[in-house]
Amino acid sequence: MTSSAPTERFHVLAQLEHLQSKYTGCGHADTSRWEWMTNVHRDTYASLVGHPGLLSYMAVCEHESRARTKFNLINRMVQPCGPPPEKSPLDDD
Amino acid sequence: MSRPGRTREEIEAYANELTKKKGVGTADENDSPPTDFGKIAFGSAGGYDEDVYGTVRGKRSDKYSTSIGGGEEEEEEDDAMRDVSRPKNSYATQKKFIEEASRGNEDVDVFAETRTKTVGEKQNEYQKRMYNRPISPERIDPFVDQTPRAHDRGYSQVMKEQQYLEDKGKADREMKDKIKTGELREVEPEKKKARWDETPQRSETVLGAGEATSQRTVGAGPRKRLEISSLAADAATPHVQRWDETPAHVGAADATPSMNRSDATPSAQTPGAATPRRNRWGETPGQSVRETGATPSWGMETPGRGGFDDIKVEDTPSASVRRSRWDMTPAQTPQAGSQTPSTAATPSRFTPQQPLGGMTPSMLTPGGSTPVGNAAMAMKTPAVPMMPMTPDHYRYQEDRNRIWTDEELDTLIPDGYEILAPPQGYVPLRTPSRKLMATPTPMGGLAAGFMMQGTPEREGLGDKGVGGMVNLQPKDDELPPLKPEDMQYFDKLLQDVDEKSLSREERNEREIMGYLLKIKNGMPTQRRSGLRKITQNARRFGAGPLFNQILPLLMSPSLEDQERHLMVKVIDRILYKLDDLVRPYVHKILVVIQPLLIDEDYFARVEGREIISNLSKAAGLATMISTMRPDIDNVDEYVRNTTARAFAVVASSLGIPSLLPFLKAVCKSKKSWQARHTGIKIVQQIAILMGCAVLPHLKALVEIVENGLEDDQQKVRTITALCLAALAEASAPYGIEAFDSVLKPLWRGIRLHRGKGLAAFLKAIGFLIPLMDSEYASYYTREVMLILIREFVSPDEEMKKIVLKVVKQCCATDGVERGYIRDEILGPFFKAFWNHRMAMDRRNYRQLVDTTVEIAQKVGCAEMIARVVDDLKDENEQYRKMVMETIENIIALQGTNEIDDRLEEQLIDGILYAFQEQTQEDTVMLDGFGTVCRGLGLRCKAYIPQICGTILWRLNNKAAKVRQQAADLIARVASVMQLCEEEKLMSHLGIVLYEYLGEEYPEVLGSILGALKAIANVIGMTKMSPPVKDLLPRLTPILKNRHEKVQENCVDLVGAIADRGSEFVSAREWMRICFELLELLKAHKKSIRRAAIVTFGYIAKAIGPHDVLATLLNNLKVQERQLRVCTTVAIAIVAETCAPFTVLPAIMNEYRVPEMNVQNGVLKALAFMFEYIGEMAKDYIYAIVPLLQDALMERDVVHRQIAIDAVAHLSLGVYGFGCEDALMHLLNYVWPNMLENSPHLIQRYILACEGMRVSLGPIKVFQYCLQAMWHPARKVREPVWKVYNNLILGSADAIVAAYPRVPGDEKNDFIRHELDYIL
Repeated sequence: MTSSAPTERFHVLAQLEHLQSKYTGCGHADTSRWEWMTNVHRDTYASLVGHPGLLSYMAVCEHESRARTKFNLINRMVQPCGPPPEKSPLDDD
Repeated sequence: MSRPGRTREEIEAYANELTKKKGVGTADENDSPPTDFGKIAFGSAGGYDEDVYGTVRGKRSDKYSTSIGGGEEEEEEDDAMRDVSRPKNSYATQKKFIEEASRGNEDVDVFAETRTKTVGEKQNEYQKRMYNRPISPERIDPFVDQTPRAHDRGYSQVMKEQQYLEDKGKADREMKDKIKTGELREVEPEKKKARWDETPQRSETVLGAGEATSQRTVGAGPRKRLEISSLAADAATPHVQRWDETPAHVGAADATPSMNRSDATPSAQTPGAATPRRNRWGETPGQSVRETGATPSWGMETPGRGGFDDIKVEDTPSASVRRSRWDMTPAQTPQAGSQTPSTAATPSRFTPQQPLGGMTPSMLTPGGSTPVGNAAMAMKTPAVPMMPMTPDHYRYQEDRNRIWTDEELDTLIPDGYEILAPPQGYVPLRTPSRKLMATPTPMGGLAAGFMMQGTPEREGLGDKGVGGMVNLQPKDDELPPLKPEDMQYFDKLLQDVDEKSLSREERNEREIMGYLLKIKNGMPTQRRSGLRKITQNARRFGAGPLFNQILPLLMSPSLEDQERHLMVKVIDRILYKLDDLVRPYVHKILVVIQPLLIDEDYFARVEGREIISNLSKAAGLATMISTMRPDIDNVDEYVRNTTARAFAVVASSLGIPSLLPFLKAVCKSKKSWQARHTGIKIVQQIAILMGCAVLPHLKALVEIVENGLEDDQQKVRTITALCLAALAEASAPYGIEAFDSVLKPLWRGIRLHRGKGLAAFLKAIGFLIPLMDSEYASYYTREVMLILIREFVSPDEEMKKIVLKVVKQCCATDGVERGYIRDEILGPFFKAFWNHRMAMDRRNYRQLVDTTVEIAQKVGCAEMIARVVDDLKDENEQYRKMVMETIENIIALQGTNEIDDRLEEQLIDGILYAFQEQTQEDTVMLDGFGTVCRGLGLRCKAYIPQICGTILWRLNNKAAKVRQQAADLIARVASVMQLCEEEKLMSHLGIVLYEYLGEEYPEVLGSILGALKAIANVIGMTKMSPPVKDLLPRLTPILKNRHEKVQENCVDLVGAIADRGSEFVSAREWMRICFELLELLKAHKKSIRRAAIVTFGYIAKAIGPHDVLATLLNNLKVQERQLRVCTTVAIAIVAETCAPFTVLPAIMNEYRVPEMNVQNGVLKALAFMFEYIGEMAKDYIYAIVPLLQDALMERDVVHRQIAIDAVAHLSLGVYGFGCEDALMHLLNYVWPNMLENSPHLIQRYILACEGMRVSLGPIKVFQYCLQAMWHPARKVREPVWKVYNNLILGSADAIVAAYPRVPGDEKNDFIRHELDYIL
């Protein structure tokens, strides 16, 4: 029992990490600026689409229908910050 | 000799012989010196009981098969009515034989019982067939755009081989038929000289003219060659067959240049033995291995190596390239011409590429699954100890140690010598190498005792290790030591080599081997690092080298469960990394992993599924189909079975629709019924595996299989019915429309079929009926019921179970009326099933009880109970139990309203009888009694005196068990007695029980306490007799009892009194109990600790928290951790029950005690308290903040850890009460702890941040995170990202508002312009 207890606790952390690795949007210590900002943009767009009030606001501003605005926002989720930066040869992976 | 003589002497001699023969078995056990009959040596063919068989065997050997397989098509195949473990039963007798036979062997492993069983040892006969499958070579990956290597096989080649095997099987069967019809003639072969190392029988046929007749049993008898006219040409091919020809070898294999000399074995003798089949001697793990086709063919240099190994001749590396399975490959067969130019199919290609290591081949056939030493021992090769050798050495040994051939001996030895039989009792050593090394055997180089001087040429064995022992520590000290069984896989690690001198491949191989050894035998840390390294470097190593080492290891029967699990884990990990690189190895992997799907261990099955699922995701559907397609109509049922299961897993991971077209094609296959069978089985397995997920595709799946119902193969029809049953079960209660098309054939089928087929059809119908609406159900039930009633009397156990199940399913449907069941079914049902025999078998028992209860739901409880109630007085206890359980279930479900007075009387009478007569110790009778009494309720009143009389009488019984049952019964009927207003009686019982508190048997005492508790609970503390004030002091000493049952019941009773009757007892007494309860906090059983803690709460409530708290706080000073933890919990409970303000001042004051244990305990109590009191914490948060602040600044990590825990619970409790200021303050102290190393602390830290996310809002926490997410130091970034990830998981939407505005760079634009809109 004494030996299994700490491993079990490690296990909780490991499980948490596993859970986090499963979801997009989660990051880690080596997440790059571009990756994070891409997620930030997508989160933002998702939030705008998800709140009807905000969506209406956007629609009025863009002078489009709500549906069109929604469509546009969803489309903007593809590479919202432009293409990923090229890998520098200094990076390992 | 084996025929009764005519004269008196002859008859006497015959009788003597018979008695002697019977003595064989006992002689074995007593280890007595060999008698005339001696032991049956493992290596010999064994004698047959001539008592039973007469002499028929020797004379007409073709009439009786001498091996178990019998030559027919596998009978037990595809019977999904039984589960996988079933074959065990069917081979039970055989195991007995094997055990008996092996007992004669001197070297019995005394540790056998304590040892962890290896995978191989746990497998049943059927599962062991996995070793029959070779690990196939890699295949062409059509997705790679390059010319495949010449020796890789593609889909078409594999299919051709498959076709060949099939044809061969057919030819074999024809041959058998011919033998039966007498088209095969027997001719005398030319005389051959025997050698001493042949089996005793055989030698005797040559030498012993006199007594040989009795031994001329097995085909060793008349040397005859069977010959078929059509195959005469084959038989004439140059052919060094030394011994008798057997029908088996007239087969195609016969034409191969074979020097096999020991065909006279039982297995080789049977017609059709050319197909690999297990014989009964193949039972020991060591043996089974050699049946894999994995042994490479280097035996060819040493002709006649198989000389003595006549048990499984075909599998030993024999004198030729010929191997049991691989002689069937086109390249080697007469059909395919002498040698195909391509080497693609030569046997050597099929073996895992294990280069010739430093072992002598006879010891270690590196096929990956041959156990060490075993083979060599069996073959009686002169001393070949286990030790690593250099390749040079190996070749040297190979030359020197090979067995002399007869030719060589003939040239050496002058005329006049004759070949003698080995001594009667001689039994060749056949044990795993472990023992071989542990016991001094003649082979050990430095074994004690007399030792013959070796001739110079044959010397040089003893210098490698002591007594044949090898240093099992690899040269690299980082690696864990090998186990003896590992030698064949890891022997290279034992050699000290210069890394630089190795080629790249060899280096890689060594590296992989090292990692695998670490994973297999290493400590957890080693294992982890090994696993990580092998995963990281997977792509560098490449799939080939990895799998070539892992897979043979996995096939090894000497693997233990844990090791297998680890190896499977390795495969799982590297699959991810290798991705599409695995394609050529898919089949290899499947061969190894598929057996896991039928393992008896649940987790092994799950693991197997996971691997196959990942494999199919990595390799893709096309590859999976093209790889597994050839196995679908494999001749071996085992292969088909596992393949079907694997296909179901593929379907579940890649989606059923993608597999539908393929399944459709397979199930309509005209070519072979096996393909259809497997296709339908796949659908069945899909249904079993995926459950209701088949619903969207139900129609399509049913359409695919429906033709199978009218297939001309019985087996296909059966599996189709089973498949439909599985589909209906999976889709219940929906989807009857999908089955429309099969209803008619199914119902027609039950009229046409008998036996197994009928059982399957009935099963399908049983599962279909619940899907129907009531009208149809009623109609179809009537149809099927006729058949069911007819089958009630079937003697077949399986049929019985299925019939019972179907009856249950039919009766459960709405449309079936009560009258119908009562009139038509009940009579035959009771006649056929309610008998002693059904009660004996556990599964029948269950099923019968279930079915009867289900029928009772329809016809009413009175009807059913009336039928069985008299059986409560049956003489068979097991049967009485079955009756009781049925009655209990019926009454629990339906109550007793229908039961009239007469029946009631009978019932109570019967139950009392059954209760008093019981001898077995289980709760069936007690539960039944309780349920019936509770069911009858007030109607019990008349019987209560009788029941109580019985109880009282039995409480006084001499037998402890009887007293215990009586007390248990009180606990069960107490509530009914209360209902019947028998308080006086209960008081009386209470007093009696009180008097029995001196009981010495703890089990009984526990039951008595339980009975007292039940009485106290129903009549209340005020009316309790004996009075509580007398009872409790009696209980205090009992709390000291160490028996768990006593402790638990006693604490419960004390708790109940403290809860409801505390005023009857003085505070002093309660304090005394408090001290006793502290001891109980040490209990192992959690329920006791919990009961003790709860009791603390009650006592504190009764006498006020102060004294109790003082006791508890004092207890914080003890050393034992568990005790302290429980004490803190108790403090928290006291705080909760008596309101925190009564307790907090005291424990906050206690925190000032300058003692770590106490302070930690206080903090922990706070943590528990905040967890329990929830939102009440809002009133105390400001009071507690200074203390927490102090604790969070403590140097000690554990101290802070507990404080953070308290903060986490506190923060969750005060959510929504506007305590943000205090929380923010606390978070400022919690936050810096992220840099700690202790995983415990980090875990609490994460938890606290989660609490803060909830109560403080995610934005605040995010702002803390943002400070450090891009910190230059990874050590800072890492924990913060974890917190951030939790924010994302928990409140992704909320932190959108808090994301910072990040300026873009020349390439990317990071500004979210939408947020700049202003209207």
